[in-house]
Amino acid sequence: MKIVVQEAPFDFGAEAQAFSDAAKGAGAVVTFTGVVREADAGAMAVMEIEHYPGMTEKALEKIAAEAMTRWSLTDALVIHRHGRLVPGDQIMMVATAARHRVAAFEAAEYLMDYLKSRAPFWKKEILDDGAAAWVDAKDEDEDALSRW
Amino acid sequence: MDVMYFAWVRERVGLPKEKVETSAATVAELIEELKSREDRYAAAFADLSALRVALDQELSDFDAPLEGVREVAFFPPMTGG
Repeated sequence: MKIVVQEAPFDFGAEAQAFSDAAKGAGAVVTFTGVVREADAGAMAVMEIEHYPGMTEKALEKIAAEAMTRWSLTDALVIHRHGRLVPGDQIMMVATAARHRVAAFEAAEYLMDYLKSRAPFWKKEILDDGAAAWVDAKDEDEDALSRW
Repeated sequence: MDVMYFAWVRERVGLPKEKVETSAATVAELIEELKSREDRYAAAFADLSALRVALDQELSDFDAPLEGVREVAFFPPMTGG
């Protein structure tokens, strides 16, 4: 299990390959990557991601450890960036390895649902004209936790 | 204890972190103390339903006791992923 919180970009291809190479005994590896999308209204120039150093790592480790146990994963990886990102940048990735694909897919969805609402990150959108707004948490993101 | 603020809570209070001497027994009492200090705190804590609190880096509740707590953090609902 590996948790990485960093400002720098990550190499998705290299991370996915290394994770898969190390996943001995697994029959399934699932990866998910989150990408900064354009804001709904207007042109977003920058997305700033703030986090709570210390608590972020603890929260991600707790979420990943729960997924490891619940789906008997052989390995799990979470990488999440912070700082200034622009549309098209990769924000984060998760990878899960399990003996069978259903467990790997479900665990990846669980990781995503929980790290959206339980890991201390906050997004701020800055538009081309300089206007800035914090992204509101969505009710459906909180509701998504109830299915687990 | 250290009190930390993140995202728009940090912007409204005007600083990311401060040392607070308090005899507040619970998070809710600490919030009342802060609100009575200055308008910027009253603005930051106006709507508690829009706030979350962590005690020593674990999510907690407003009625949680502060005894033994070293670090309190206030922030809006999280938007990771």
